[in-house]
Amino acid sequence: MQEAMIKRAKELLADGTVNRVIGWKKGEFFYDATPAVFRTAEELDRQFIFDDFTQANVSKYLVKESRKDGKILAFLKPCDTYSFNQLVKEHRIIRENVYVVGVPGGPKLDIEKIKAKGITGVLSVKNENYTLKIETLYGTEEMPFYEAISGKCESCKSKKHVAYDELIGEDGEVLESNRFDMVEKLENMTAEERFNFWQNELSKCIRCNACRNVCPACTCENCVFDNPKSGVDNKAPADSFEEKMFHIIRAFHVAGRCTDCGECSRVCPQNIPLHLLNRKFIKDINSLYGEYQAGADTTTKAPLNDYNTDDCEPSIVHERGVE
Amino acid sequence: MLKISADKLNSLFDAISAKQTLYITVDNEKGSAEYKKYESGMTLSKSLNTVRSAKDFFFPQTENLADFKVEGKNIEVIDVREESEDFVVFGVRACDARSFTILDKVFLSEPVDSYYKNRREHSTIITMACTKPAETCFCTAFGMDPTVPEGDVAVFSDGENYFFLERTEKGKKFIASISDMLEDGDTAKLNEVQEKARNIMKKLPLANLSTKSFGGERLMKHFNSEKWAELSESCLGCGTCTFVCPTCQCYDIRDFNTGHGIKRFRCWDSCMYSDFTKMAHGNSRNSQLERFRQRFMHKLVYFPANNNGEFGCVGCGRCLSKCPVSMNIVKVMKALEDKE
Ligand code: SF4
Ligand code: SF4
Ligand code: SF4
Ligand code: SF4
Ligand code: SF4
Repeated sequence: MQEAMIKRAKELLADGTVNRVIGWKKGEFFYDATPAVFRTAEELDRQFIFDDFTQANVSKYLVKESRKDGKILAFLKPCDTYSFNQLVKEHRIIRENVYVVGVPGGPKLDIEKIKAKGITGVLSVKNENYTLKIETLYGTEEMPFYEAISGKCESCKSKKHVAYDELIGEDGEVLESNRFDMVEKLENMTAEERFNFWQNELSKCIRCNACRNVCPACTCENCVFDNPKSGVDNKAPADSFEEKMFHIIRAFHVAGRCTDCGECSRVCPQNIPLHLLNRKFIKDINSLYGEYQAGADTTTKAPLNDYNTDDCEPSIVHERGVE
Repeated sequence: MLKISADKLNSLFDAISAKQTLYITVDNEKGSAEYKKYESGMTLSKSLNTVRSAKDFFFPQTENLADFKVEGKNIEVIDVREESEDFVVFGVRACDARSFTILDKVFLSEPVDSYYKNRREHSTIITMACTKPAETCFCTAFGMDPTVPEGDVAVFSDGENYFFLERTEKGKKFIASISDMLEDGDTAKLNEVQEKARNIMKKLPLANLSTKSFGGERLMKHFNSEKWAELSESCLGCGTCTFVCPTCQCYDIRDFNTGHGIKRFRCWDSCMYSDFTKMAHGNSRNSQLERFRQRFMHKLVYFPANNNGEFGCVGCGRCLSKCPVSMNIVKVMKALEDKE
């Protein structure tokens, strides 16, 4: 796949369709690729990679990149195309300035999951019939491929590209995913159990802002939490209320716009399952306003930005009860 | 050397914690390590290092500095400082132990930060020698020997026993206070373990990383490098690298209006943020390029310029594994270093 992508990128650079390419650049190790913009065929040959570890969603960079001179080629995985569409819909990405090449998605692997097994000093990983052979400084280790799959790929919602100018490889289908299973479990807890669950998770937050800054739905030029003039700016949680406040406000702000791309949970250094907050909103929107997938298209009105006479009434809160 | 056998380690923890607060490294349910206040039954982490660094003990993420009680035109300043309790931290790695030396240079030079000093003076640091470094470790580039860490007491494990070596006066007293639980031990096996660890150190992927292209005298060369544009291009400006870093030391001071007074607090800040060092005229670093450059210039050039050549990084590798876009100090060093 990597070769085909480099080849196509070079062609599109050469024929003038685009003047830049956004993708992933080789890292120091085999697992730490960095999103990067490539300008020449030589750069592509030397540094471009696309493999089991290129998890990052590059669509958010297009907010800035699509405002620069010339067209940029963006390689997008199926999940990334949802973020892309959503940003086009919100007039954050200028569609004409991007040439989208859809590329196959995962399952991608997550080095953190390999390390969480106690495997350290990792030097290389090979997938042999769905068993990972891991070379380390301390000898060879093995683990099942599926146990190293990135969290966001574990509950993949779609293998279909919802935006592209051309595709490399086959397109897939929208999938039946298990993504609401854990949300249901949380719903079935007592209010106290649920509170304790979130208290335990969110108390680990160091407010590093990785989740917010990576999020394609968080593209405000100046976030209220960073703006001293907002009156609610807040750099570090001083107590357990503030620990939750940041996340609850963020979840509300991305409600109906979060495509469930999984980036927030992927980047959290404390492994907080932030996606569960967002999925609760998605699940509720589905049940209260009808099935809706943010980013599936660029035209339909989002349920929370629309009004229908059969919309649920605020009394729903009371009906559902709080125990 | 004095030792305790591994199966008695917990009774040692029980004994220490009966006298003073003890923090140890423990593994959480997700397989990553953190410092926790010791309670009977907790087991020492098997991971190499904690996600959050040990700087939290002396430089917590938030802390109140003073309260102001306002009544009409009178403002009463209330000193909220309290003498810290004595505490012991067990399991600090060489990199984090060295980070305290770096933080000391900042917080203990005039004017001394009394909040920091208070906690620092009441602590006993027990370090733990590394036997299984990760591929992201490069403490040796900054002159550390992770097999003989600093701290008040250094602890070494040969798999079956934990050996104790005093490193300071405080450490000597500490060992004396637990000496009834220790016995003399044969270090033959330990020497083997140490030898093995030293050999691994030489084979680490970053073993040859060199600092010779950096330091105070390289200021303008690096400041004006054209490479910053490319290096900072993908940076999200999140601040994760600064918050997990054991040596990042910047903080913000703000006043919080409680309705009946003011609480003056400080909290960690990050040079990666848009409002960092914002002054009346605005920001001193307007682009992410400048902010990104600041972080790495501080560690590799400004800090050594002001501290006799000592670098502001200890090679712990946290920014390598936690940056959401995998940009980090090693990539910066490799891009900027002199090419022969
Ligand atoms: S990424 Fe994780 S630790 Fe950082 S602010 Fe978000 S939830 Fe908190
Ligand atoms: S909230 Fe998380 S899952 Fe939703 S769009 Fe943002 S990063 Fe993606
Ligand atoms: S270097 Fe990485 S961790 Fe640091 S601010 Fe930039 S994106 Fe965040
Ligand atoms: S800059 Fe990175 S490697 Fe150096 S001390 Fe900080 S977190 Fe560790
Ligand atoms: S950087 Fe050095 S001291 Fe720190 S954990 Fe790694 S090997 Fe140990």
